[in-house]
Amino acid sequence: MKSLEELKAIREKMQGQIGIRNESSEQTRVIVGMATCGIASGARPVLTALSDAVQNKGLTNVAVIQTGCIGLCQFEPIVEVLEPGKDKVTYVKMTPEKALEVIDQHLIHGQAIKKYTITEVLG
Amino acid sequence: MMTEISLNVLDIANNSIRAEASLIEIIIQIQRDLDSLTITIADNGCGMTAEQINKVEDPFFTTRTTRKVGLGVPFYKMAAESTGGSFKIESTPGIGTKVVAMFGLSHIDRMPLGDMNSTVHTLITLNTQIDFLYRYIFDRKEFTLDTREFREILNDVPLNSPEVSAYIKEYLQENQHETDGGCLV
Repeated sequence: MKSLEELKAIREKMQGQIGIRNESSEQTRVIVGMATCGIASGARPVLTALSDAVQNKGLTNVAVIQTGCIGLCQFEPIVEVLEPGKDKVTYVKMTPEKALEVIDQHLIHGQAIKKYTITEVLG
Repeated sequence: MMTEISLNVLDIANNSIRAEASLIEIIIQIQRDLDSLTITIADNGCGMTAEQINKVEDPFFTTRTTRKVGLGVPFYKMAAESTGGSFKIESTPGIGTKVVAMFGLSHIDRMPLGDMNSTVHTLITLNTQIDFLYRYIFDRKEFTLDTREFREILNDVPLNSPEVSAYIKEYLQENQHETDGGCLV
């Protein structure tokens, strides 16, 4: 069994480091729809891919959060990206692979991927 | 339809979150001698009146305003009942809600349990304001994850910090493997 001792070691390592995380209005929010419609369409692996990538790439100014039904069930899994001072970008019919592209191109390089957005899909 | 039962669990637990629970308990119990898989999801959220409980199994009832249907509970109930199992909701306003689903373990129509660890990990790291008690029981063996216990050790180190999140993932995987020996449920 994995022991709680390891957790103590993590606390000792981490204490003093916390508070660095940026919680201000500067933060970019990545919102994943996690209602029945989203989950049934595959939102859980999309959410996992996003939070893993944000952690692994050390994107401290990005928060991955979940929300309920956005009201566009036929386009789930839906991921919304809200950057401070910019218009909301809504990505539809997401997959973990597309989500990783969004991390690289949109969140890291600042270029939204038009072909995955709702405006493109709706034509 | 959900492709694995762990997705139903994630969906139903989200109802507890909406009900503003501060503690959500999820128990997975596999009993091979009784050929059953029993899943209990209990919360201390706002609860429901008897009238609401009757309505919640109806796909055309929802408290949400974004759409007119609510399929979470009906999907879950159907998944359980189609395996010769049973489904029950108990709830008291102001006290909380408990949803118990029993599945026929070897029934051909039972969906795989799927990645419960991913469901639990997602719930814990995305809802750090809520405590979770997860119990995984496989025949006579079991393991427990209690975020209250974790929080006590961690002090103010958040459950969603990268190191702790990775620890939770490993904790779930290693302990599940030791409990069920890697048996695919």
